[in-house]
Amino acid sequence: MNRIVKKEILNSTVTSMEILAPAVAKKARAGQFVILRVDEMGERIPLTVAGCDREAGTVRIIFQIVGASTMLLNTKVPGEFIEDFVGPLGKPTCTRGMRRVLVVGGGVGCAIALPIAEELYRQGCTVDTVVGFRRAELVILKKEFETVSSSFTLMTDDGSTGRKGLVTERVREILEESKNYDCVFAIGPLVMMKFVVSTVKPFGVPVTVSMNPIMIDGTGMCGCCRLTVGGELKFACVDGPDFDGYLVDFDEAISRSEQYLCEEARAREKERAREETCNLLKMEVH
Amino acid sequence: MPNMQAKKTPMPTRDPLERAHDFEEVTVGYTDKMALSEAERCLNCKNRPCVSGCPVGISIPEFIAKVREGDVQAAYRIIARSSSLPAVCGRVCPQETQCEKNCVRGVRGEPVAIGRLERYVADRHSELSGEQGEQEKKPEVNGRRVAVVGSGPAGLACAGELAKRGYDVTVYEALHVPGGVLSYGIPEFRLPKRIVQDEVEQLKSLGVNIQTNTVIGRTFTVDELFEMGFEAVFIGSGAGLPRFMGIPGEQFKGVFSANEFLTRVNLMKAYLESSATPIAKGKKVAVVGGGNVAMDAARTALRLGAQKVYIIYRRGMEELPARKEEVEHAMEEGVEFRLLQNPVEILCHCGQPDQRGQSERTERLKERDSRNGWVRAIRCVRMELGEPDEQGRRKPAAIPGSEFDTEVDTVIMAIGTSPNPLIAQTTTGLETNRRGCIVVREHTAQTVRNSVYAGGDAVTGAATVILAMGAGKKAAEEIDRELKKK
Repeated sequence: MNRIVKKEILNSTVTSMEILAPAVAKKARAGQFVILRVDEMGERIPLTVAGCDREAGTVRIIFQIVGASTMLLNTKVPGEFIEDFVGPLGKPTCTRGMRRVLVVGGGVGCAIALPIAEELYRQGCTVDTVVGFRRAELVILKKEFETVSSSFTLMTDDGSTGRKGLVTERVREILEESKNYDCVFAIGPLVMMKFVVSTVKPFGVPVTVSMNPIMIDGTGMCGCCRLTVGGELKFACVDGPDFDGYLVDFDEAISRSEQYLCEEARAREKERAREETCNLLKMEVH
Repeated sequence: MPNMQAKKTPMPTRDPLERAHDFEEVTVGYTDKMALSEAERCLNCKNRPCVSGCPVGISIPEFIAKVREGDVQAAYRIIARSSSLPAVCGRVCPQETQCEKNCVRGVRGEPVAIGRLERYVADRHSELSGEQGEQEKKPEVNGRRVAVVGSGPAGLACAGELAKRGYDVTVYEALHVPGGVLSYGIPEFRLPKRIVQDEVEQLKSLGVNIQTNTVIGRTFTVDELFEMGFEAVFIGSGAGLPRFMGIPGEQFKGVFSANEFLTRVNLMKAYLESSATPIAKGKKVAVVGGGNVAMDAARTALRLGAQKVYIIYRRGMEELPARKEEVEHAMEEGVEFRLLQNPVEILCHCGQPDQRGQSERTERLKERDSRNGWVRAIRCVRMELGEPDEQGRRKPAAIPGSEFDTEVDTVIMAIGTSPNPLIAQTTTGLETNRRGCIVVREHTAQTVRNSVYAGGDAVTGAATVILAMGAGKKAAEEIDRELKKK
């Protein structure tokens, strides 16, 4: 059992939590993930570490409320406990020896991009950041990114804040100005990562992507998170989650990510119905 | 006068039509009367051939003699001298290739049902202990700390043996439930999880500390365990990494490793409405492989409501590596055996085995057909058996041009597993062989690194519960010997 020490609503569908887990906090590095279960019948949810406070022994997670389990997690408040919390899992992001990088974050993927940008900034690397969101209300972590970036571009699909357009447009501009980057880190929806890779390709800069496929155990046992990378079978949990963007078969990953959509939709409806009944009960009491 | 009946006393088993729809245990277990009658079939041979067939050398005729006398507790004590998990092994050991294979009664008729008797003794012991509130005496502690990595059969056996010798043992388990393959792999209908829990509780009562949700190699490294004050480390991290065939279409939606499928059901309880973990409930399921895991996956698919379940295996009936009883149970329940066949490709809706790089047209098709990218059929080639190889197994060879398709919506790959790579990747000074198995000095559990021991599937590659248990126990003896020297 792990205690929730802090909760912050970042936007209508994204929540940040800090969980007390000293052993994990002590070890976790940028790019690694944890697996948690909210309650005894809960599923194992993999979430990337968004930061940690080694002294306080807390790990920060940022999650999008997409399914029944994240809906349930979002109902928890500081002081309450979650059933299981295990990690850090996966290999840390390789940042060694980098002097200038471009970090590209999309949507809730920014939660994963941030610790990588922070880590690189700490190492004295020049970090240029491009983040994209659908619209103004969905923007998260803007201040945090600005603190560690030498240049920061915010893009929205509808132009409701920042620049209008897709992250790939800005990535192309930046690289046209200078190709002098050690690496591009792209973290976000699979489609976004796929197109960042194809945008960067003509410039010949390496691209690292962070994959978060469906997982159960996260220790190399279920084979659920398998990907094709450079024609070889890889498990995101033990071989990743970071991979060479040029080698990842994104179309296959996109298809496999849809495997449980129907089941998830059903579970979401059930959870929503349950929540609504709870709210009705509350109303009757008052 | 021994009971000269040629056949084993039958095991009471639930009706196949009924049991194929639930997750309750398939076999019911002997009554006192049945056990007595079966025990009387044992001739108590002087040269004890059965014992030499047992990987841990249980004194089989002696425990059976106690059953004959009606002294179950004494029988249990005899088994417990050699085995740490009698209730488990009585259920899952491949007795027909071990103890029972050597039984003299097997020459004319069936061997003594040693496995069934072992299970009877273990189950009765647990009932009696519960009634009498019998508690194992807590051993005297010596204050020396040993860490055990993994709470599967090897880890549990090692921890139990060390605890009995007075060590302060901590078992680290990566998952949220202890038991390893006993919890995530073997289904409830074959090994009820309460039995695994009982074994774990028994260890706890001996003073063993079990830490779940801790991944050695990640949360703590082996080096850190030594820094934390452990004097020896036993690695029993198992062989959990699933293998795939490498055939086209294996990445389509609806293709699972047996590990994924079984973990969702056994560990995550996805068969219960109250579980949040989703599971694919296929209507026509192909399970590739002929071992116990394949049988477990096939029978689980039936229980989840499949109308057709095929076992696809490249050799024949005789060569099936699964326990005979599991094969029989699977057949009774309606699993169809497609023998001498080998998959060459998995096909999906939309016809193409691979739609990579296709254009907008496919995108539009995708919208129309939500089944796009889902398994549609499995293409197999017929096989014939050639000459036996050096291990005496007849090598299968494909018959050219004999390919044919079987319509299925789910494919489960149960073709074996490799050792978990995490510990080897993150521990300095360990050696692994080309199959990823941790190398130990011959006839010992000692790795090339001082004070680090290993055993079970992590060393041998996927094998049996009893071999892993035996290895864990042996490692405990070696650790005890080494630490006493210090």
